[in-house]
Order: sequence, then structure tokens, then C-alpha cells
Amino acid sequence: MSFKVNKKGFYGDFGGAFIPEMLYPNIEELKQNYLKIIKDKVFQKEYHALLKEYAGRPTPLYYAKNLSELYHTNIYLKREDLLHTGAHKMNNTIGQILVAKRLGKKRIIAETGAGQHGVATATVCALMGMQCVVYMGETDIQRQAPNVARMKMLGSEVISVNSGSKTLKDATNEAIRDWISNPEDTYYIIGSVVGPHPYPDMVARLQSVISKEIKTQLMQKRMASSPDYVIACVGGGSNAAGAFYHFLENEKVKLIAVEAAGKGNDSGHSAATSVLGKIGIIHGSMTLLMQSEDGQITEPYSISAGLDYPGIGPLHAHLKATKRAEFVSVTDDEAMQWGLKLARMEGIIPAIESAHAFAVLDRQKFKPTDVVVINLSGRGDKDLNTYIHYFNL
Amino acid sequence: MNRITSKLQSKDKILSIYITAGYPKLADTVSVIQSLEKYGVDMIEIGLPYSDPLADGKTIQNSSTQALHNGMTTEVLFEQLQNIRKQVSIPLIIMGYFNPILQYGVEAFCQKCNEIGIDGLIIPDLPVELYEKQYKTLFKKYNLFNILLITPQTSEARIRAIDRISEGFIYAVSTASVTGKSLEFGENEMNYFQRIKNLKLRNPFLVGFGIHSAKTFEQATFYSKGAIIGSAFIKFITENNSARIKQFVASLKSN
Repeated sequence: MSFKVNKKGFYGDFGGAFIPEMLYPNIEELKQNYLKIIKDKVFQKEYHALLKEYAGRPTPLYYAKNLSELYHTNIYLKREDLLHTGAHKMNNTIGQILVAKRLGKKRIIAETGAGQHGVATATVCALMGMQCVVYMGETDIQRQAPNVARMKMLGSEVISVNSGSKTLKDATNEAIRDWISNPEDTYYIIGSVVGPHPYPDMVARLQSVISKEIKTQLMQKRMASSPDYVIACVGGGSNAAGAFYHFLENEKVKLIAVEAAGKGNDSGHSAATSVLGKIGIIHGSMTLLMQSEDGQITEPYSISAGLDYPGIGPLHAHLKATKRAEFVSVTDDEAMQWGLKLARMEGIIPAIESAHAFAVLDRQKFKPTDVVVINLSGRGDKDLNTYIHYFNL
Repeated sequence: MNRITSKLQSKDKILSIYITAGYPKLADTVSVIQSLEKYGVDMIEIGLPYSDPLADGKTIQNSSTQALHNGMTTEVLFEQLQNIRKQVSIPLIIMGYFNPILQYGVEAFCQKCNEIGIDGLIIPDLPVELYEKQYKTLFKKYNLFNILLITPQTSEARIRAIDRISEGFIYAVSTASVTGKSLEFGENEMNYFQRIKNLKLRNPFLVGFGIHSAKTFEQATFYSKGAIIGSAFIKFITENNSARIKQFVASLKSN
């Protein structure tokens, strides 16, 4: 079975480009050029040099000894939290800004939820001397204040979005509207494997450096080319797409995607799209999304701003439909407790998004010989306020 | 014959107005349509409100949010329009984003539109290629025109391709923008309208986006078969009583 996008931009039943005509020239331009650009040798050289020298790749594949002992198995953490700006998001923004430059664009726009993608975009714009506008929901601006300050310090304009639920979905709508209004000089750096084709494929390719390194590192450490499990959290799904990518066709590797259940999937306050969603269209892509019976997109909830999205990327919808990945949902409380547990056991404070992934360790029985890789997609600095309030620190 | 065709054959300077269904009040849909016809509007676009209208600016977003809050749904709209053909005779088009139509079922939606007497649909996020491949025969079966959009950035080859599969008219978006930006048309827009006119397409074109006054209406219809007014009307009925619709329509023809 194939898990790569087909010529029409679909993964099975999911994907495509459901966009208004106003966006057609931009999407078409990108579609015609993205593979040529990112496969180009000069691009690859520049991209990998920046990942290495500027962003700090490769990130370690760390054997978590204390956790491994506790769970009687072999747990490795892919340390995307150590990447420049604190999350995997840089893999994508470095790649896309190089694409934007090659397309001759002068102005960059982006959406952000937790602020990690906004910061990663503001960072590469500062580096490349490009104008940067980041759309962010009013609710997220309040709960992720440090990241707002970082974007401003990096010279980016942050526009507060107060439509709808005032979170990631609405910030994405506003970024798309900006692009409609500025079709010639502007490039939209989408932060996840969502949006119209070719974005999901392009972002997955740029994030695939994560699983490529996991393969090499496992070979060095264990003389094995693949793990038994790869576990990653999914909001839109970019870190999971990157961590799964080079294992998609190797069915011996079990893939576990962890969604945010918020206050519980039956509570009406959840972001677990694969459980609560059905097929439809969001942000130009046919995928699973949370919606009313009438087809109105509903408001998700999670304590973590980065998982608070009512859809999932079309690749993930396909992984769910084909059962290639197992989908698990984890509540706010479980994730918060895991944030504390990881801090105490391994001396690592994770982003709340990433903390969700660890709860799988309590759900699934692993063999002592199993190799389990958890993608630690981001660090917890940005979430300190949420941790402080939750634990009365 | 489809009412859109007969209207376009019988008249120039077509004035088409966009309304948000269920706005300002849930029960206003039909009375607003009736008033618009009574005061001389030639065609109406009935907006099926959507939670995430990507191509719309603040005015239509807010009216959509309010309409949804009022309880508007696809089902409710169809109920309200059940007897519309006993009430008005001008062409009626439903404008809606694709997801609610998909959830209703595209064929069921088209069939219902046909029963009620809807003449066409505008679905801005339904890609032209997908329409042609998957839905064109369905639209034909139910005698619905699919009104397609072009923009100043659309290439000539693509305009011609869109013209080939269009029926009724082509919706020419005046400028690179979402709805609701009040524009004064300058040289760029005039050149664009002239360029479309010079293509001598099979279908006439109507201009939409940014039209808000007698002047912009005149400018657009100097080149085109007609013009579409959306946000300016929504703004008007937000700020005024719908009893004053007569003045609004008159103000557009005051030149």
C-alpha cells in the first residue's frame, strides 16, 4: 500500500486542493515547482547546511534509561526539543523560506497556534531579511505570551485574530485571506501537514529529516534500521508525519498517533479529530474534521494550543482509514502529569503537546526487547505558565 | 429555459444582490428576497452561511456567524424557500462553501434546489476540475448553472477553459481581495474589465467584489453585463431597517 501522495494530491480519499479560484495561481505555481525545487542539489545543500549549522541537527536520539527501566523496555526520545527555537517546526520553515526565495517572493505570512511555528517562521525571516506577518488567535496570544514576545523581538508583525474560536483554525483562515489579497509578492508558510495540495506533501518531506535521522541513529546505537514503535502527538500532524515518514512502507514498525482528548472525548471539550471527526473539507483539504451534522466546523479544545485544531492532515486521515497507524487520545490531565513525570525522571520539561505522546507508555504493553521511539517534538519553556497554574508551582 | 439565461438575454446592467440567509433575523430570508425583487433587483445570491468562509471579509463573516447563531442550517434554508417560486420570479442562486453541501449530499442538495426553483450555485471552494469530472452531469440533470469565478490573476487559457464549461455567466472577481473591501475602481480594474470584454467569451460576465455605490456599479457595468453587490448590502441592512431596502436599491441607480 502506498502512503505517498498521488499525482492529483490525494492520499487515498484524502487531500486535494479545495481552494477558491483566487488562490489557484499561487497553489498551481507551488504545485508545479515544489518538487523541482526541493530535489535540486543546491537547495538540498543549502537546506541541510542550515539545519546543521544554524538549527543544530542532527538532534540526539536519547536512550531514556530511567523510563526504560520503569516500563521494562527500550525507550528512545528523538530530541526535537533541542532544535533551535525549541521544536521541530524549524525543519519546515527553513525549507519553505528557501522555496519562497526561489519563487521570488518578498513577503512571508504564517499562522500559528502555540506560537512555535510563528517563532520558527519569524526566525527564518529575520535570517533571510524577509518581511513577516504572523496570524495568531486572540486566545492563543493570551496563553502563549512568551512566544508572542519572541516573534516581535525577531521583527515579525503579529496580527491578533478574533473570529470564531480565536485559535489556530481561525488564524489559518485569516492567513489564507491575506494570501487571497496579496497574490503576487506573498508566500504562505503553512506550519503543518494541512492545507491544499501540495502543502501536506511538502511539509511532510521537509519534516522527514526526523525519521531519516532516527534510522541512522538506531543503526549506530543498536545495529537495527528500524524501531518496533514510533509514537508522536498529532494536532495537524507535522511532527508525526516527519517521525513516521521513512517507516510508512515498513509495516513491521508500529506507528502510534496521539491526539488531544482535552477534558475527555465525551465531554464536548476535545480535539481528538480521528475519534470525533468525519470526512469533509477544512483549509482546502479533504480530510477528517470535527464538524456539526450540518457541515459547520466545530471548535476543538485542548490545554495545549498546538493540538487545538479541528482537523488532521490528509496523510493522517489516510493512516487512520487504512489502520496503518493506531490513534490514541490522551486527556489534558494525563498530558500534564506526564510533563511533570518526564521532568522528574529524565530532567526534561516537554512541551504539553509532546507530553501527550508519553501517555501511550501507560496504555500499551511493550516487550523487554522492543525499541520504542517517542518523538519529543518540543520543549516546555513556552508552557511554563500553564504548568505553574496547573501544579501551583 | 433557465431563468438566469432569460434574464441576461432580456436586460443589460444586471443588478445582483447577495444576502446572507437567516440574517439579520432567522425569518428574514424570504421577506428580504421579496423586497429586493419589488424594488428592481434583477437577481439574488442567497448565501448559505458557513463557519469558515475563506473568501469572505469581516462583513459577510459576521453576518454568517450571526445567521448560524440564529439557527440557520441547510435544512432550515430549504424549508424557508419551499414556496419561493410562488413569491418571486427573478433568478435565484445559492452561494455556499462546499463542506455543508458535501455533508448534505451533493446530489440531494442539487435535487432540492431544483424542486424549489433555484437556478444556479456558486461554490467558491469547489475546484473547477473536480466539478467538471464529478458533478457537471449532476448539475445538468437538475438544471442548475454552476457559476465559476475568474480573477485578475487568472490566465487567458484558464479563462477560456472556464468559459467552455460555464453556463449563464462568469463571475469576474474585480480585484485580488476577499469580499467587503470598498473599492474605487482605477486603471488596473478598468483594464482588467476591458481585457475580459475583449476576449469575446461565450458567456457574459458579471463583476463582483468591491462594488458598493452607483459609481462603482456604473464603472463595472460599462464593460460587463452586470454587477454583484454583497458586503455593501449586508452592511446596509445591519445598520438600517430592512424596510429601507428601497432606498438602498435606489441609491445604486442614482447616477
